[in-house]
Amino acid sequence: MNIVVCVKRVPDTETRIRLAEGDSDIDPGGVKYVMSPYDEFALEAALRVKDDQGEGEVTLLTLGSDNAKETLRAGLAVGADAAVLLRGTVTMDGLATAKTLAAELEARDAALILFGVKAADDDQQQVGPMVATLMGRPCVTNVASFEVGDGVVTCQREVEGGAEVVELCLPAVISITKGAFQPRYASLKGIMAAKKKPLEQKDVQVPDSQLTVERLEYPPARVEGRIVGEGADAVPELVRLLREEANAL
Amino acid sequence: MGDILAFAEQKDGQVRAVAREVISAAATRAAEMGGSAHALILGGTGVGGAAGSLGDYGAATVRAAEDEALAEYSPTAYSGVIAEAVRAGGYQAVLFPATAQGKDLAPRVAALLDAPMASDVTRLEVDAGELVAVRPVYAGKALALIRFESTPSVLSLRPNSFGVHEIAAAGTVEVFSPTVSADDAMRTVEFQAAGGASVDVSEASVIVSGGRGLKGAEHWNLLEDLRDALGPGTALGASRAVVDAGWRPHSEQVGQTGKTVAPGLYFAVGISGAIQHLAGMRTSQTIVAVNKDADAPIFGVADYGIVGDAFDVLPRLSEAIAALRAEG
Repeated sequence: MNIVVCVKRVPDTETRIRLAEGDSDIDPGGVKYVMSPYDEFALEAALRVKDDQGEGEVTLLTLGSDNAKETLRAGLAVGADAAVLLRGTVTMDGLATAKTLAAELEARDAALILFGVKAADDDQQQVGPMVATLMGRPCVTNVASFEVGDGVVTCQREVEGGAEVVELCLPAVISITKGAFQPRYASLKGIMAAKKKPLEQKDVQVPDSQLTVERLEYPPARVEGRIVGEGADAVPELVRLLREEANAL
Repeated sequence: MGDILAFAEQKDGQVRAVAREVISAAATRAAEMGGSAHALILGGTGVGGAAGSLGDYGAATVRAAEDEALAEYSPTAYSGVIAEAVRAGGYQAVLFPATAQGKDLAPRVAALLDAPMASDVTRLEVDAGELVAVRPVYAGKALALIRFESTPSVLSLRPNSFGVHEIAAAGTVEVFSPTVSADDAMRTVEFQAAGGASVDVSEASVIVSGGRGLKGAEHWNLLEDLRDALGPGTALGASRAVVDAGWRPHSEQVGQTGKTVAPGLYFAVGISGAIQHLAGMRTSQTIVAVNKDADAPIFGVADYGIVGDAFDVLPRLSEAIAALRAEG
């Protein structure tokens, strides 16, 4: 079974975000970029299906600029078989991204298309279900684990207060959250092999963004707090403050 | 002109609390744009009857799409009915709650409508007759101010960010039978309730979160005691470290690769405050930190801190809060 995993290059989650001059974007200086963590779970999920079935190809797909090749190489080193870079502008308009990816995916024979549930930069959770809708394929989002049966995938979808078990027919689209798919590390052999794996690049025309990011700003600073005291002896004063000052109890 | 449609999420035929928040947010913005707010609820026969009360929160009309195929959530059926209602009503915008269902549904509706979408919006303003959505990016390390270049726009609103406001409106219920496109390519076969958790961390009004300072999964009873003392509406949370260590399930993780939360009261116990954790909880109303290390970054965002060992502080805290609640 062939699987396409759609991935995005994002700032590492431990990175401190600083705004660039003009507040229209973040300052990339000193930022370490990585594959979005949820996309790593999706890649791991794809590799496990391939391991189980002993056949099929896992292809990485991304929309971005040249530096996204680094992210694709990292995924190839972990075990993906091939990668495709669609060179084009990424904006916060998820639908523009989804249309671009869907056009490429229509031309590919993938029984399963996997996404991370969200990219750890824009945090929108849009592109997976949008691609599925544009392609007319069934889609389950926020999946912590799944199993592939005969033409059917059974998914554990995380919702408030529990999990839904959802069955869907292939071909299908699934977005993956943190759960069963703890990513494997790249081996030295994998890193060497990745250099020889196919990485296709093509320029694409992304539809104009229908969203304008007017500016970015920092979240409001919190009012400076205070240390109430040390150890269990501070508990009565804390409870008093929570009740009388913060009105929180 | 300027009308806004609010999707009213229901579960088992009952309107969910979050629907009131979405409708009152829609009503105030629609009024600023010279329009009105309308609610749309989808469900089985009779679901409209449950929804008339949405008039108290600003819904001029409550459109109820009733069909047995809509009794349970089906993404394909739901998105088709909603997109059709948006087209027919000529709305400026359609609002969803950013719940599990809303996050699954809204992007599909946006794709069907060929409409721009902003997710997990925490502030919504009207400027020069247009909506400006403010939403956290990089898990809240920054905020983005967004305008839409075309209408309708699709937005999902982060629960607990807008508040519920009573706004008197007619709330006329209009029941209709929509055209439903059945989905035979997927079905939900069962719901597995998470053991013990009465309220999800993303919906809780109070959260008690634990980190590595608790030293092991076997000590979580101390946090459970505090949760129980705080009463219903309180959920347990966890840092990434303890989820990665397998002490707690991912559904409880607060932070950039877990849930972003904004409860009224947040306890961080034995959590040092890694930047990705702070990103997920810093918009909580009141933050309390208990940590042995006086220099832990968590104290930088906490309103109240106790420097001390969780094992000493927690039992006393649970006891004191339980006593306070018993007094009334």
